[in-house]
Amino acid sequence: MERLLLITTLIAAALFVTVLVGLRRAHIRVEYSVSWLTAAIILLVLAQLPEPLRWLAAWTGVQDPPTVLLFLVAGVFLIVFYRFSIIISHLRDANIALAQRVAILEFRLENVEDGRL
Amino acid sequence: MTQKAPPLAFVHPLLEAGRVLILIPAHNEEAAIGAVVDEVYSLFGKIPVLVIDDGSVDSTAAIVKGRGARVLRLPHHLGLGGALQAGYRLAFELGFEYVVRIDGDGQHDPRFITAMIDAVTQPGVQMAIGSRFVESDEGHTSLFRGFGIRLFRAFLRPILGKPVRDPTSGYVAVDREALEVFSKSFPLEYPEIEALVVLRRRAFQFVEVPVSIRPRKAGRSTITALKSVYYLVHVMLGVLVNILIFDRRRWR
Repeated sequence: MERLLLITTLIAAALFVTVLVGLRRAHIRVEYSVSWLTAAIILLVLAQLPEPLRWLAAWTGVQDPPTVLLFLVAGVFLIVFYRFSIIISHLRDANIALAQRVAILEFRLENVEDGRL
Repeated sequence: MTQKAPPLAFVHPLLEAGRVLILIPAHNEEAAIGAVVDEVYSLFGKIPVLVIDDGSVDSTAAIVKGRGARVLRLPHHLGLGGALQAGYRLAFELGFEYVVRIDGDGQHDPRFITAMIDAVTQPGVQMAIGSRFVESDEGHTSLFRGFGIRLFRAFLRPILGKPVRDPTSGYVAVDREALEVFSKSFPLEYPEIEALVVLRRRAFQFVEVPVSIRPRKAGRSTITALKSVYYLVHVMLGVLVNILIFDRRRWR
């Protein structure tokens, strides 16, 4: 279990640093970094405090605490992915509406110039 | 049964009055679009024709402009639903009372436009669908597509409250009421079937008009077997979502 916790700690730390570097270089916007930073912090805390994991394993009836950790990791990332799916959907809607409006304005402009409107 | 195209004894008065817009979505249709526009003009004279150029990288727009038709150029490829909605929005803003949509690949015979207008101008009708199967199941469809159409018929029957013979047809005419709805809320991918549900939720009525579908003038269909399966699943899910969805969410 210690090795798994160590690996989780390293992954969480790498995620945290990567997101911070991405923020500094303006590769990712602050509002979209919050989900990833939160996920990294949750993983770091769980990896550093095995006692809650053991308690959770006992409570859920799972014999092996690392299994609980894996489920939690999967759960955290599922939530993050779902949040980003929602964001992407909104962006796609906005992008389509914007593209349509640009095309219509361009059409109107051309036809005004041609004297057809 | 293949429908015989009606002879054109007269140009429909609504067409002559400029109250109908012929909407043609096109994506890389340089090989066919010129002939489609030419055919419409040769049948009906210089009526309003709008080609929506959905991010083509070929000379589709130039060919259309060269023939004197108007082009709505989208800044990038939106897909059929996004392109059609752009056209519906513009048509609504320009005040057109009826819109007839035909495909840019030449499969839709424009001689049926008059019959489509007659159908959509009936009292209480907001949409007309050009149907290959009003009188028979024969037509230019593959085995798989035929299976899909039968599946959609059975699936849509209880939802629409009436049978629809050719729910995947893209030969469509709408009146201004439906035009307003589509200008604000239109399915983005594979829109034909979902559009029926969108209208049904507003208690609008549609009728089917017998038409024949011709082979494509150029190019070939991009629909593969895998895409067909995706299409089936996507459309059925889309229909269910359309039934369940909260209205405000869809009105952009």
